[in-house]
Amino acid sequence: MSANELRHVGLNLADYGEITQPEAESAIFGFWVFLMSDAVLFALLFATYGTMLQATASGPTPASEYKIGSALAETLVLLTSSFSFGMASIAMKYPSPGAQQPRLLGWMAVTLALGMLFMGLEFHDFLGMVKDGALATRSGFLSAFFALVPLHGLHVLAGCVWLIVMMVQVVHFHLDARVRINILRLGLFWHFLDVVWVAIFSVVYLQGLIH
Amino acid sequence: MTNLADERKSEVRAYIAGFSSALLLSAASFGLVWWRPFSPATTLALVFGLALIQMIVHFRFFLHISFSRSSRDDLQLILFAALIMALMVSGTLVILFNLRTRMM
Repeated sequence: MSANELRHVGLNLADYGEITQPEAESAIFGFWVFLMSDAVLFALLFATYGTMLQATASGPTPASEYKIGSALAETLVLLTSSFSFGMASIAMKYPSPGAQQPRLLGWMAVTLALGMLFMGLEFHDFLGMVKDGALATRSGFLSAFFALVPLHGLHVLAGCVWLIVMMVQVVHFHLDARVRINILRLGLFWHFLDVVWVAIFSVVYLQGLIH
Repeated sequence: MTNLADERKSEVRAYIAGFSSALLLSAASFGLVWWRPFSPATTLALVFGLALIQMIVHFRFFLHISFSRSSRDDLQLILFAALIMALMVSGTLVILFNLRTRMM
C-alpha cells in the first residue's frame, strides 16, 4: 500500500474518468484551507474564553455549571462517530459489488445517529444551564462560553445535514467521482470537528472542573 | 483479491488503533480530573498535554496527515495555520492578562 493511498482513504479515482487525480487532490487541499480558516476562528474564540474565565460577575461559575458525566458521554459519542465515519471511508474505498452500497450507507447512518445523539446531549446541557439562570447575557464568562461551544454544535448540525445530503446522493448517483470527493471532504470536516471537541472538553469542561 | 483484502484489513486496524488510543487519552484526562491524584496546576498541565497528544493522534490516524513526502502540502498548511493560531492566541492572552493585572 503506497503512502498516497493511505493519505486520503478512498481517493482512488483511477476508474472514474471525469475527474483526474491531481484535480481531486487540489479539491481536497482547497477544503483543508477552509478547515484551517475555521480552526483560526475557533482558536480566537478559545482565546476570548480564556480571558473571560474569571469574569463571572458573581454569577454561575464553571465549576457550578459543568457536569463531568455529560462531558464524558458527549466525548465518547463523538469519538465513536469519528470511528464509524472512518469505517464509512473504508467502505467507500472498497465498494460492494453492484451499484448499491449497503455498507457505506450503513456506516453513514450510524455516524448520523451518533451526531444527532451528541447534539441532543449538548442541547440537554444547555437547557440545564439556562434553567440555572446561566444565560449568555449573565456574565462575560457565559457570553464567551455560549459563543464557543454552541458554534461547535452548529458545525455538527451542518455535518449531519451534509451527511443526509451525501446519503441521498449515494443512492441516486452511486459512487461517481464527485460524490466520492464530497464524501472525502465531509470525512475531513467530521474528523476536524472531533479535534475541536478535544480542545473544548480539555480547555472548557475539564479546566472548569479542576479546583 | 487477497491483496486487496489485506490492505483493507490493515486500514481497518489503523482506524482501530487510532480510536483506542484516542479513547485511552480522553479517559486519562477525565480520570485525572475525577480522582485528582495531583495538585490543580499539575492536573491542568497534564490535561493540556494529553489534549495535544490526542489532537496529533487524530491528525495521524483519522485525518491521515503524516511526515511522508506525499502529504507535505497539507502538513505545511496545517503547521503554518498552527503557527498563526499560536501567535494570535498567546498574544491575546498575554495582552489581556497584562491589562487585568495592571487594573487590579
